[in-house]
Amino acid sequence: MPTLTRIYVPADSAALALGADDVATAIAAEAKRLGAVVEIVRNGSRGMHWLEPLVEVQTASGRIGYGPVAAADVPGLIKAGLLEGGTHPLCIGDPAQHPFLARQTRWTFVRCGIIDPVSWDDYTAHGGGQGLARARGLGAKATLDAVTASGLRGRGGAGFPAGIKWRTVHDAPGDVKYVVCNADEGDSGTFADRMVMEGDPFALLEGMVICGLAVGARKGFIYIRSEYPRAIAVLEHALVVARANGLFEDCAIELRIGAGSYVCGEETALLESLEGKRGQVRAKPPLPAHHGLFGKPTVVNNVLTLATVPEILVRGAEGYAALGTGRSRGTLPFQLAGNIKHGGLFEAPFGLTLGDIIDDVGGGTATGRPVRAVQVGGPLGAYFPRALFDTPLDYEAFAARDGLVGHGGVVVFDDTVDMARQARFAMEFCAAESCGKCTPCRVGSVRGMEVIDKILAGRDVDANLALLDDLCNTLRLGSLCALGGFVPYPVLSAVRHFPQDFRRP
Amino acid sequence: MTWDTQRAAGIIETYKHLDGPALPVLRALQLEFGHLPDEAVAQVAEALNLSRAEVHGVVTFYHDFRREPGGRTDLKICRAEACQAMGGDALGDEARKRLGVDWHGTTKDGEVTLEPMFCLGLCSVAPAAQVGDRLVARADWPKIEEALRKCRR
Repeated sequence: MPTLTRIYVPADSAALALGADDVATAIAAEAKRLGAVVEIVRNGSRGMHWLEPLVEVQTASGRIGYGPVAAADVPGLIKAGLLEGGTHPLCIGDPAQHPFLARQTRWTFVRCGIIDPVSWDDYTAHGGGQGLARARGLGAKATLDAVTASGLRGRGGAGFPAGIKWRTVHDAPGDVKYVVCNADEGDSGTFADRMVMEGDPFALLEGMVICGLAVGARKGFIYIRSEYPRAIAVLEHALVVARANGLFEDCAIELRIGAGSYVCGEETALLESLEGKRGQVRAKPPLPAHHGLFGKPTVVNNVLTLATVPEILVRGAEGYAALGTGRSRGTLPFQLAGNIKHGGLFEAPFGLTLGDIIDDVGGGTATGRPVRAVQVGGPLGAYFPRALFDTPLDYEAFAARDGLVGHGGVVVFDDTVDMARQARFAMEFCAAESCGKCTPCRVGSVRGMEVIDKILAGRDVDANLALLDDLCNTLRLGSLCALGGFVPYPVLSAVRHFPQDFRRP
Repeated sequence: MTWDTQRAAGIIETYKHLDGPALPVLRALQLEFGHLPDEAVAQVAEALNLSRAEVHGVVTFYHDFRREPGGRTDLKICRAEACQAMGGDALGDEARKRLGVDWHGTTKDGEVTLEPMFCLGLCSVAPAAQVGDRLVARADWPKIEEALRKCRR
């Protein structure tokens, strides 16, 4: 009887968008033709996206990877002995030993790309479920202490200490409380939430249940954006499996799908949307921790924050807190995006410099041209020139240079970029996505586009640049939320670091 | 599909028990009927005990909801920064030229509606597009045409 060979073909969106389904079909067909017995597991992505689809085969001596594989490569690969881990120009050896992965420190992404995302057995065989067991043993108070001691801060971008938020909800009066997972990952250049949800969804669910136990919430919602159809499908499957395995005994989790609004990633707009209303921002205070979903005390945390908690409880808060720099403790899953040679996910302790991650890890631009600008932290993050590449990636260091780490997205542009157009786009995006509640954002973003258009046309450039600066000040100080409040970051950083683009001959 | 009050009532009933049911109800109705006509606004308002103004407000707030029918296939092209860094703007221009429509427009034959979108989370393999249910990375016009052909089958 032929032996069963286990082959991994990722079904992460990035792999699917590069033809992974065709590769899986081709492998199944070729194996059948040759009479080989294969089990194809659709795993998440390891995060080396330039190698996707990255096919892996389980051999007696470990996993061997091949990538990037096209469906047309499959017959040749199998002929070269793919089923036994044979050599081939596409072979990268043991993926875990690949320099891009070997250099990382994975906590949030410890299982992503390794396991079958919707297999409870695979999850528990790789340490899943132990964090919740630990939390049950510790009780609410000690769990809160551990999360606080780990130094974990909100990974959605604001960086608010998770332990303090959880404790506030725990201490808030009331019988009904909620855990809400913000999975509305709308920032361009970010995909870490998507990868966790597609590659290790139980980690997120387990983290939410731990949070529920710690703060006294018996109900949780995941608010995911509609632009992530694959993540939605995996989560729906994972919810069924997790329920069948008794994960939701203490806290039931429900999935809710957004409807294409960027501002719903702002926590109060998200809560309004969950309640079935227009996604309009609420004035704070009251904080969601006191007066959140349906007016009840609510923890709103990002996917990465919640998905990291189980691992923190398993490996210890001290171990997590020992990583990082300054007040930015632990690891951040950086996302290398845009015009970059080695794009993908790189989880590392805070403290690497921007230059390290772009030149060294990312290998520079995909086009081979010089890097001119980098936008860190999404569409509301600052554009940095090469002169600032010595900035360490930590919340405070970036803030000190008028930038933000945000959700850890790093978007690289080569020297063909027109920074005045990028500045205009920031205003255009803000105008399109403004919820309309506060005047600085609703009107200011439109005025911002108009002023930049005048500058681009060479009309009264000095006066209009001064006006733009003034307008940005109004947006920064007068907006209700980060959409209007932070749009000055990309605009003013472009003006400051790339002034020549605003003064055309 | 033309509005069917009875079918709509069944869909609303499925989601009505949820906390904050408006978005799940509207999403399900649009999946079934392709868009949300005036009848949808009136019927949802009645069923959820909301005013028509409130439901109209919700429907018009979110980019996903459509008041008019779209084409047979949606072609969504990412216009956000990471895709801009890899030629996303030029791809959008080419799509508009080839299809002879502007953003949000539907081709004369009713086959394709072109929608801008902001981020599919494929920023490391940009530029990105979605054709029907198919995701396309490192997208160019030939790849998009190929995906459109597959959708038509």
